[in-house]
Amino acid sequence: MTIRRNWQGWALVGPALLVTLVLFAAPMVMVILTSLHRRTGGTTDRTLSLDNYVRLATDSTIHQALLNSLEVVGLTVFFSTLVSYPLAYIIAFRVPVKWQALVLLLTVVPFWTSYVVRSYSWLLVLAKNGVMNQSLQSFGLIGEPITLANTRFATVLAFVHFFVMVSTLTIYASLRQIPNNLPLAARDLGASPWHVFTRITLPLSIPGVTVGAFLTFVLAIGDYITPQIVGGGNELLLPQLLMLQVSRRGDFPLAAAMALVLLVIVAAVYAVSAKNLTLERRR
Amino acid sequence: MTGAGIEIENLVKDYPGHTALDRVSLSIDPGSYTVILGPSGSGKTTLLAILGGFVEPSSGVVTVDGHDVTTVAPSKRPTTTVFQDYALFPHMTVGQNVGFGLEMRKVNKKKRGDLISEALEMVGLAHTSDRHIADLSGGQRQRIALARALIVKPRVLLLDEPLGALDVKLRRQMQDELTRIHDTVGTTFVHVTHDQEEAMSLADTIVILRDGRIEDMGSPERLYLNPATAFSARFMGDSNVISGTVAAGGDTVDTVWGTIGVAQTNNPNSLVTLSIRPEHLELGPEGPGNLGEWVVHESHFLGQRQRVVARRDSHEVLISLPQTASVRPGDSVILGVAPDRAKIVKGDA
Amino acid sequence: MKLLRGSIAWIYALVVFGFILLPVVSLVVFSFQATNLPLPPFAGPSLRWYEALFADSGMVEALRNSLIVGVISAFFSTMLGFLSAYGLARYRPAGAQATRAALMTPLGVSYLVIGFGLAITANELALGRSLVLVTLGHIIINLPLAFAIILSQMRDEDETLEKAARDLGANEWIVITRIAIPVVLPGLLAAFLLSFTLSWDEFIIAFFLADFDVTLPIEIWSQLRTGLDAKTNAAGTLVFAISVVTLTLAYVLNRAVQQRSRRP
Repeated sequence: MTIRRNWQGWALVGPALLVTLVLFAAPMVMVILTSLHRRTGGTTDRTLSLDNYVRLATDSTIHQALLNSLEVVGLTVFFSTLVSYPLAYIIAFRVPVKWQALVLLLTVVPFWTSYVVRSYSWLLVLAKNGVMNQSLQSFGLIGEPITLANTRFATVLAFVHFFVMVSTLTIYASLRQIPNNLPLAARDLGASPWHVFTRITLPLSIPGVTVGAFLTFVLAIGDYITPQIVGGGNELLLPQLLMLQVSRRGDFPLAAAMALVLLVIVAAVYAVSAKNLTLERRR
Repeated sequence: MTGAGIEIENLVKDYPGHTALDRVSLSIDPGSYTVILGPSGSGKTTLLAILGGFVEPSSGVVTVDGHDVTTVAPSKRPTTTVFQDYALFPHMTVGQNVGFGLEMRKVNKKKRGDLISEALEMVGLAHTSDRHIADLSGGQRQRIALARALIVKPRVLLLDEPLGALDVKLRRQMQDELTRIHDTVGTTFVHVTHDQEEAMSLADTIVILRDGRIEDMGSPERLYLNPATAFSARFMGDSNVISGTVAAGGDTVDTVWGTIGVAQTNNPNSLVTLSIRPEHLELGPEGPGNLGEWVVHESHFLGQRQRVVARRDSHEVLISLPQTASVRPGDSVILGVAPDRAKIVKGDA
Repeated sequence: MKLLRGSIAWIYALVVFGFILLPVVSLVVFSFQATNLPLPPFAGPSLRWYEALFADSGMVEALRNSLIVGVISAFFSTMLGFLSAYGLARYRPAGAQATRAALMTPLGVSYLVIGFGLAITANELALGRSLVLVTLGHIIINLPLAFAIILSQMRDEDETLEKAARDLGANEWIVITRIAIPVVLPGLLAAFLLSFTLSWDEFIIAFFLADFDVTLPIEIWSQLRTGLDAKTNAAGTLVFAISVVTLTLAYVLNRAVQQRSRRP
């Protein structure tokens, strides 16, 4: 019985595993391999060497790009979480239950427009004669239009606009999982509303915050479009540097090494936060 | 710490579509163990929630120890609640859970530690302070919930079907624990349940709720042996409930089963409902024999007693016989009931 | 105090929703712009940009390509996701944990890296670039999601239904097609439609793997680089409309399926 079960189980899972092997594992191996090649002159030298990694360790442009990426993504995660938490809280506890799904949908709906188009729209909003400058001037906050587009501010703003949705959903899920009687029990034992929040609600919603932050980090750090379009390529982030190697310089090996750096960063962040990365109810 | 007395006056709770509590008035003695008993939908959970301050009544007054607490928030009432699924904080240890109420009252860490140890000992879980909730069994969690609620020395302890999730043996054990703890601390206990056995084993006073109203109220013996209504008779255990007409003398009732003597005199020709407990039916010609001959239809050996169903024509009667009785399906038996065992109850058969 | 807290909450919610929705609302509104640029003042409404969009053969082709790639990749992601979820949930082969982890790994890798990896590999194998490769790329990014969604829908109680069917004489094929699939149909639909939606607007992998036959996001990107006009607003609004229709369809179908099977 066990043998039959095993065999049939493998037969069913097999195709997906095969696909994952061919379309994911193999390409990843290729990336690692390629990172050990060198691009010299106009050709690729396939002798294995660590030149690219030496380059990564010493090239200050690359370091700067890495630093920029981490800073931009860090700011994004920070502000997205900050904006999302109250929103998720309001939806979970202030909106009548039957409207909650609809309101959540409303947070997600804007992202059904084209990512590319939406990014370009930000350029318009942030332009010298765009909506933002005009409102700032009409509120008397600035005298003359300021440069908003093609800046780090623009990139972070556009990122936060997108990722608020992610954290709102994960934090909402976490908040809703808190059994209703826990805040009641806390109040019953004398807790003030503030204490109920800080001692019960907030701690129990940390998984949602962590998952949201992690997803935001992973998605943002590998994002090419937003920094390229909205940030105007004024500040180079890692994805853009990678694309430069590919499109302009044809240096696949170096690009591959950069890709691995991205992977390692994500893996490191995952390792650090793995404990908290589950939305399942803790029994 | 002695318990507080509770006065409930004309409590009403309306929801769109139905009324959960319909003018309930009740006095609960200080330090007593009162059980609110009723089927689902009877309003018992609503009543407890109002006592705890989690729900505001539509009208009516709740007084604890002379103070009107009708609109007072749970954190400011002298009551604490043991919730149905314990509501233990999963991200805190046993000690942190139990000490939570003290923390809210700004008791210092050292004192808290001492009180927590005391409370844990009282519920039989000494030295578990650092354990995690997830590692505890149902029975243990129950005790922690109890310790957490009692450590703040409430005047009234509210229990919402606390034993529902436990298996039978554990339930019996916990019932003994609850009685012991109640006797030790002296707080007024108000315990909600749908299990009449549990009610009888724990309560000084039982309040039977039905459809938002008090159906009957009294000590377990009185409710069992002299139920006020047919519903109460049936809810507190098995019962045979039949209707009849009072005969000319006023002290017997003519029923389809035969003429049955009753203890109280009543108006002749009035229609009454009688309740007869299965264990009060006597077998054989040695007894009163006033119910005539019946044929045994089913017989089940239940250990302590035997449960027998007998029939005559279209009528059926439930009898509870001693362990040693030997009747088998098909046997013919003569049944009787003594006059003080047939109770007149309100309501229809 | 309570009233103040309440109104602060609503003000906050309104501000955040404004932030989220405003760019989109202006996108849609200005797609109906009568003048050239999608900027205030609004001189509409006019359908000229939609006409321009559909007259643009590049856009129309790209739209068609996106639909085809989306449907095909979503289909395969869902099917593979179902088979592996079913296999793991019902047969519990040895190494199930490892298998699950393996199938989910692609989720942790940026699309940039996946696209790049596939591009290098295709290059090595002299496969060139094509929509087929794009489809493959979309399959691999959506497979983990489809798998996770469907797996979460498989409950132990349903296994009893399947055992009952076998007990009554059904063979494996019937058990899968007549019992297992109908029960998880909401999950299958959700997986399919999510995969489609993600494929539909996916840029970077398509960018790496497509050549002259491009998907919609790439076409929009190319056109936007040469100049901004309201035609891209129309494209964006169109993408939006299709997504709304798809997801509404998902919701309606899901409701219908759930009504019929009425899980306890």
